[in-house]
Formats: sequence, structure tokens, C-alpha cells
Amino acid sequence: MAGIASTGAYIPMTRLPLGLIHGRPAKDGSPEKAVAYYDEDSVTMAVAAAVDCLSEFDRERVDSVMFASTTYPMREKQGAVVIATALGLRRDVETADYTGSLRAGTDALKGALRAVAAGAAKCVLVVASDCRMAAPRTPMESNLGDAAAAFLVTEDGALATLEASSAVANEMQDVWRSDADDFVHSWEARFVVEKGYVPSVSAAVRDLLEKVDVGVDAFAKIAIYAHDARSHATVTRKIGAPADRVQDTMFGRVGNCGAAFAPLLLCAALESAAAGDRILLAGYGDGAEAFAFSALGDDTVAQHRAGVSAQLERRRSLRSYDSYLRSRGLDKKEWEAAAGPGLAATVRMRERDADIGLVGAACESCGQVHFPKPHVCYKCHARDRWRAYRLSDRTGAVLAYTFDYFFPTPEPPTIMTVTDVDGCRLHIQLADVAPDRVRLELPVRFMFRKIHEAGGRGNYFWKAVPVEA
Amino acid sequence: MRDKTAIVGVGCCKFGENWDKSREDMMVEAAYQAYEDAGIDDPQKQIEAVFCGVVYPNFSTGEVADALRLYDRPISHVQNYCATGTDAFRFGVFGVAAGVYDTVLVLGYDKPKDRGVSGPSVAFDRVRGLPATPAGWFSLCAARYFDTFGADRGDLAKIAVKNHHNGTLAPNSMLKREITVDDALNARMISWPFGLYDCAAQSDGASAAIVTRADKASGFRDDYVLVRSVAIALGENPQTDPDFDFLRWKPTEYAARQAYELAGIGNPFDEIDVAQVHDCFTLTELLTYEDLGLIEKGSAKEHIASGTFELGGELPVNTDGGLKTFGHPTGATGVRMIYENVLQLRGQAGPRQVANATTALSHNIGGAPQACGITVLGMP
Repeated sequence: MAGIASTGAYIPMTRLPLGLIHGRPAKDGSPEKAVAYYDEDSVTMAVAAAVDCLSEFDRERVDSVMFASTTYPMREKQGAVVIATALGLRRDVETADYTGSLRAGTDALKGALRAVAAGAAKCVLVVASDCRMAAPRTPMESNLGDAAAAFLVTEDGALATLEASSAVANEMQDVWRSDADDFVHSWEARFVVEKGYVPSVSAAVRDLLEKVDVGVDAFAKIAIYAHDARSHATVTRKIGAPADRVQDTMFGRVGNCGAAFAPLLLCAALESAAAGDRILLAGYGDGAEAFAFSALGDDTVAQHRAGVSAQLERRRSLRSYDSYLRSRGLDKKEWEAAAGPGLAATVRMRERDADIGLVGAACESCGQVHFPKPHVCYKCHARDRWRAYRLSDRTGAVLAYTFDYFFPTPEPPTIMTVTDVDGCRLHIQLADVAPDRVRLELPVRFMFRKIHEAGGRGNYFWKAVPVEA
Repeated sequence: MRDKTAIVGVGCCKFGENWDKSREDMMVEAAYQAYEDAGIDDPQKQIEAVFCGVVYPNFSTGEVADALRLYDRPISHVQNYCATGTDAFRFGVFGVAAGVYDTVLVLGYDKPKDRGVSGPSVAFDRVRGLPATPAGWFSLCAARYFDTFGADRGDLAKIAVKNHHNGTLAPNSMLKREITVDDALNARMISWPFGLYDCAAQSDGASAAIVTRADKASGFRDDYVLVRSVAIALGENPQTDPDFDFLRWKPTEYAARQAYELAGIGNPFDEIDVAQVHDCFTLTELLTYEDLGLIEKGSAKEHIASGTFELGGELPVNTDGGLKTFGHPTGATGVRMIYENVLQLRGQAGPRQVANATTALSHNIGGAPQACGITVLGMP
């Protein structure tokens, strides 16, 4: 039976204390939002969530990647294929993007469950990721956040199965962003809530309960997409959800992360679900949809996964609102995206596996691992005897480092290292760590990141991050 | 090759941010100084070939031919990172030692200050290895070396203080300002552990040398200087070398072995009287003391403290202020070091003169770093 076999989550460790927006100092425990830092976007976050989801799974099994986002940086060019390449999936993997609606994440998950149920696919990776842009200093800026969630849907997914789903279509201009807009726009808040969010979600939940033929209290966990914290309270009250069953929406810590929001809530719900628990999930955007999942409780890989709770703990606060503006490209005076053509498309293609996949090569004569793949081995000088060696899921140790104050970043320094991974040396940036925590032999893992935006597009590579962060 | 060739003339323009001088201005100044120094009054007849060291070539060899009006003969550009000037010199020496030419001009020049940036350009044409700055590459040995041998930023600062002092004594140097250890330690950070004063001064400049057959050198001047050896060696990229220990720069060790063997030097500390080494960053100079085999690996800290390498010390290093304060027009630097060593060997170095110097070494290292060039000069 088609089901969810694994989940993964990614919440960027960078947080903007909301008080900084209005010049108030940040205090421990005060509200904040998760911020994709300058080297992150919806694609890098998606890769991080997918890596979390695929822990311990054989990546060769994945038949299909569905990527859901309203904020994939390119108008024309697929995101799923970047993710598939970063993960080193098979060349014959199917790739598709879901976009254009805040429901894209739940749409993709539903599509994956149906495809597997219909026998059209055996193993589908669903990744939802959004990096939501609001105009500086608006109420919306405090409400929106960035995150990603991933699911692996398989024929025998033993974590949860889908019992039933319902949908409501509702055309209205509540929240939108056109081709020419940098920021999310919204009609008057009460209109959005009273004519859109509350009635649509309530109707979808009511229809779902009828289909499953149970009351709302049959659900152990009730995970409802929330336009904001206040309207979420209105909806849960309206559908009669018992307060102790309502899944925490993480406002004040993450923020409304768009297409990834309902998926992230489902991840969090599944992390603490017991076998037999029913989970109600509702998504919103141009209407609503609701899902009844049954938790099977068979989570064989939970111990390998970071999950939502660990990622909420992994955090660092931005020092100032200016740092936030610079990291989002909103302060043109000080932080301009690099000009110039960026990488040549020909070079990007030739070095695709190394740059996007962090794939090196192991010498078949002597075993020495190299990155990137050369022709002649450093150690035994054999020529062209290589097998591909994926470094992205390995761990390493910092052998040398420097703090560079020259490279333009929102909060210098950029930390540059030479890191040893399985005997191979990588000249690679170290991210997500304060300079005073950097030391020789620091254990690191790797995350897919945006290095710069030369040529007006994300240019991706990997960075080292501390194993313990 | 030992002692088959000789330097009979040297020239060097003032190094600095030469806003009002073109490449042509600087190369003509350096070349004609060298002509005069060698007593060459008819370069059209006496200069058979020109070997140029240039790293930022906006144009190419034609601008050299046109500037010096030297046509109907070979002119080549040589490029080998910061060892460019030394490598251009090596080609000149080889051409003469091989008997192909009697007399050639070696000309190093560069003009980075026409690029509109202070320091290196920031690369955005790749994603790996960024940020790619020389300070970021040359600092990679710092953490490991400090951890292993107990040195620190204070030791580096003393090297900067020494070279700033020496630079005040060289007429053509860029910076003529004494600094203190505190100045160096408190300067703004560029790439840890390098603050501003740990970094060489990027500058414009040109320098020149006339190389001729040793057996014809006395026809130019009596106090000619013999070329004992010139060596170039490439080393593994320290960013990918699986065996690298981050305590040394291997290219210097490789090139030193070659240079000493060619020159017949068995005990470099005793046999070398003065040295110009590549202090692109203070740590580079520190590692070079050891990588050249002048002192034991790990002992630089003690020698810095005791003043071994200061003017008046046992083996003065960077007597003209080095890259640090004389300036670093990349292609010219190796030739500028030869200029300084020739002055030292001829006893013409003024207030920075090292007494009774008969053997002088110069050293460049560049790239990741991967390329090292070493020249040993001596009096007959």
C-alpha cells in the first residue's frame, strides 16, 4: 500500500529576531523568524530537507522527484533537476516542479501518493521549499519565514498512509505575487481570513470528516496550515479541534513558510506520532485541501534524521536588521549581487557532477579519493582509472582554515578551509558557525549552498558545516 | 649553467601607485637605467633578445617592442605566478648559457593599479575555491603552524616591522614608514591571521637586468655579478595535495634543492650573505626561512626574536623592504630582487648595505602557492 516511508525537514539556522525590525534589541526567547541566509534559497533548502529525508535510504531507488515551491528563483528552468543532480539520483529519474500556489507542497505530496498507489511509480521524493519575500518593515515580513520539508513515498511506506482527502477550490485575490513583483502582496487581512482562509479550510475539513465518517476528535494530531497565528486559532476553534491535538505552527520561530508550511507541520506531527494515530492535515492556497493520514509508527530511520525538532534548536541570530537586508539583497547600496556573466554554461555542464553533486573520484588502482575528478592519480599516477565517489554524504575534518574579510558577504568573515574527507582534500567554505568555534580537526558535514549570484542566477556548490551545530 | 652568465647592468623605476606613469613609461625607465648601468650605448646592436615577466598583460609583446624600439629580434612574455620575474630571468640566462645570444635584456613589469581595485579582484567565474584571494591561500598554513610550533601573530608582526624599516632605506620603495608591532596587530583584518600590515603592498613597477656571457662580462664593467643558479619548481596544490601537512610550502623546498645543487651550496645559512625572499605575506617570509633550509623547521620564532634576519643580523633578509614595502608589481618583483642583490654584491646599497656580501639569494613563490623560483648570484 502506498505510504510515506520517511520525512525530512530543513529550517535555516539563521533567525531574525522580530524586534530588530523595529530597532529593538534581540532577547533570548523573543519572537523570531527563520531566514534563508545569503547563501541559501528554495533549492538549497530543498536539497537539505531531501538529504535529511533520504538518510539511510538507497538513493538508486528513487524514480521521481517532485519539487514544490512558489519561490524557485528561475522563471524558466526546472528546480527538481537541480535537486536530483545535487542528490546524485539516477539519470533516468523523473523530475517535475509544482508551483504557483501555496498549496503546491500538499499538491505534490498528493500527486506522489496517487502515482505510487496507481503503480505509475515505486518511489517518489517530494520536496517542498519556500523562501518568502515580504517588503521590508511590513507586518507581512514578521509573519513570513523560510523552510523546507521532504517526504519519500513508496509502495510499502511504513510511516503513514493516506486514508482520504478532500478539496475546495476558491478563486479570489487574497495573497499573490506577479512576475514583476519582488514581494508577496495581500488584500486587506480581514478579507483574506473571512472570505478565504477560514471558510475554505473549514469546508475542506468538514468534507474530509464526512468521507472518513469520524469526528474531529478521532484525530490524534491536527496540523492546519496557518495564514497567521490569529486566524489559525479561529479555524481550529471553528472545526472544533481539541486544543491538545493541535499541531504547533511554530510562529515566532519559523514563520509562514508558504508551500512548505503544511508539509513541515506534517513532518513535525509524524515525528511524534504513535502507531494507529490519525493525523489531519490541511493546506491552503486558492482554496484548501484536507488529508486524513494513519500513522503506522514504523519509522526505521528516525534515529538518523535531524527532523523538525532538532532544526528548531539549531539556530543563530542575525546581529542586526541591516544584516538581514543585506542577506536578502534588499540593501542595494551596500550589497549588490555580483555583476558579470557568472559561470559559463559550458563549464557548468562539464562540471555539473562535481559542483552540484559534490561527486569526486576514487582511484581504482590505489583507492585515493580526489575532488574534483582528475585524469592522473596524485598517489599512484594511474591514468583514468576512476569510479565516482560521492562526498556530499560523508563527514570530514578541518585541517586548515582562514577567516576572509575580503569577499563580499552580509556578515564577514567568510571562513575558508581545507577539509579532509576520506583522505581527499577539499578547499571549501565553512558555514553556519561562529569564527570562535572554528578549530583544527573540527568535524564537518556538507550542505548544498548558493555561492553567489553572478549572471543573475544562483550559482551552487557545497559548504562544510559543523557536524554538531 | 653555474657561472656561465653574468649580470652587467640593472635598473628599477620607483615602485608605487604610479597613477601618472604608463607601462611604457616604467619599462623604458627601467631598461634605459640598466643600459646605462651596463654601459650599453647602442641597444639596437647590443640587445639580441628580450625576456619579459608580466602577469597582467593588457596587451602583449608588441608594446615592449614599440616602447624600446627593439624590432627584428625575439621578445617573449613569460608568466609563472609570482615567480614570473625570476622565470623571465631564467629564460634569459638559458639563452645566453646555451650560446644562442651574447647579451639579452630581462624586463619585469606590471601595472595592477590600472584595474580600479585595491588588492586582488574578486572572482565570480567559478563556485569552487571561493573566496579566491592570495591572502586566503597563503594563510592556510597559519593555524597548523601556530598550533605545532607555538608561533603567533606577534611573530608575524615583527617581520612586518623589519621590512617597513628596511623600506625606509631604499630610494625606490613604495612605502617609507616605520611601524610598530602594535600597529601591525591592531590593523584591520584581511584574512586571518593577516591584518593589513601582514600583506604586501600591491604596486606598479618595472625592473630590468642585462645578462651577458661571463667571459665577455668584463667588457661591460669590472664588478659584474655571476649567475650561480636559477631554479624553478612546481609543487602540489596545497588545497588538494592529500599528503600536505600545512607546515611549509613545498615548492620552496623543491626549488631550493635544485638551486643549491646547481650553485654548489652545501650550507645555505653560512654560504649566503643576503637574501630577498617572497614576503607577499609575513607568514610566507617566516616559512621561507625554514623552507630554504636556512634554519630548522619550527625555529623561525626564535630567529625572529633574536634578529637573525634583520639588517645587521647574521643573514639579512629583504634589505630593501621586500614586497611588503618596496611594492609588488607581480611580473617585476623577481627582477627587482635581482636588482637589489646586485647592488648589495657590488657594495652599492647605501645605508642598507650588508657588509662583505659575496653570495646573494632571491626567492619567489606564487599561485596556490605552487610555483617557486630561486636565483643565486655571486661575485667572481
